[in-house]
Amino acid sequence: MERCAKAFARGVVAAVVLAASALAVARDAPPEAADPAIEARMVRITSELRCLVCQNQTIADSNAGLAVDLRKETREMLKQGKSDAEIVDYMTARYGDFVLYRPPLRTKTVPLWFGPALLLLIGGTVLVLTLRRRSRMAADAFDPDVDDDEIESLDDAAATAARSATAPGRG
Amino acid sequence: MTTDNDKASTRSRLWFLIPLAAFFALAAVLAVGLNRDPREVPSPLIDKPAPKFALSRLDDAKRVVRLDDLRGKAFILNVWASWCVACREEHPVLLDWAKKRAVPVYGLNYKDTRADADAWLARFGNPYDASFFDEDGRVGIDFGVYGVPETFVVDGSGVIRMKHIGPLTPDVLANKIEPLLKKLDA
Repeated sequence: MERCAKAFARGVVAAVVLAASALAVARDAPPEAADPAIEARMVRITSELRCLVCQNQTIADSNAGLAVDLRKETREMLKQGKSDAEIVDYMTARYGDFVLYRPPLRTKTVPLWFGPALLLLIGGTVLVLTLRRRSRMAADAFDPDVDDDEIESLDDAAATAARSATAPGRG
Repeated sequence: MTTDNDKASTRSRLWFLIPLAAFFALAAVLAVGLNRDPREVPSPLIDKPAPKFALSRLDDAKRVVRLDDLRGKAFILNVWASWCVACREEHPVLLDWAKKRAVPVYGLNYKDTRADADAWLARFGNPYDASFFDEDGRVGIDFGVYGVPETFVVDGSGVIRMKHIGPLTPDVLANKIEPLLKKLDA
C-alpha cells in the first residue's frame, strides 16, 4: 500500500514538473503580439532572412539572442511605418547579402542563379547528341553485352538443345 | 586504314578525358568551398564610415562617448562581453598587444551588465583605453556584430578598414592588423 502511494506521489511530482516545463516552453513564444498584422509581417520578412548565429535557421525561427534582437528591431521599424524593402536594406547594410535567403541577381551571382540550368543544358545536349550518333551506327559497331566465354557456353548449350530436340524423336 | 582507326580511337579516348577533367574541376571548386569558414561572413561595412554611436563609458555611466570623439587617429574597437567564452581565450593576446600602445584599443562591451563586465576586467586585466557600454546591443547591430569577439580597425577619418571575426591571435595581429596600421599611419 505504502509503495503504491509513493509511486503515486512520484507520478504527481513528475506530472507537475512536466507541466511546469511545458509552461516554460510556452513562455518562449514572443509575447509582443500586440498587433497581429505587424506580427505577421514581421514573421514574413524575417522568414526570408538568415540568422548569422545559427546559419541554417531564419531570423524568424532562431532563438539566438541576436535573432530575438533583430525581430524586435523589425517590429519597431514596422511600427514606424517602414516598408519591407527598407527593413531588408537595413539588414543587408549591416550583414551583407549573406542574410538574404534569396540572393539578389548581380554580376557576381549570375553563376549561382544560372549555373545549374547551364550544366543541365550541357548534360542534356551531350546526352541527345550521343544517343543520336549511336542510333545511326551499325549493329556490329557495338560490343555484345556478354563476353567471349559466355558466348561459347551459350553456343554449346544451344547445340546440345538442338541435338536433344532432334535425336530421340527421329530414332 | 589502320592509321584512321588509330586516330579515331585516340579521339574517342580524348573525349573520355573531358568528363574526367570536368569532375576534377568541380571537385576543386567544392574543395575550396568546403575549406572556407562559413562563420566568416564578409562585412559590407569595410571601407565605409563606422556607424555613429553615443554610449556611456563602462567605468563612468555619466560620461558619454561619441564616435566623433575618437576621430583623428586610427584605433581598434574590440567587441567583448563577460559572458563570452572565446573572449577569455582572446584576452591574454589582447592584453599583451595593448602593452605596445601602437594605437588606442577601445572595447565595445556588448549586451552585458556593468557589474559583470567590471568584475571580468578586474579579474582578467584591462587592455582597453576605454570600454563603451552597449547594454541592449543596438550599436553592436549597427556594426553588424553577430559573434563576439569581433575586432574592427577604424582609420583616423572614422572609416572601418578591417574586421576580424572570432578571437584575435598573435598571427592575426602581426600579419594583418599591424601591417594595416602601418599603412594607415603612412
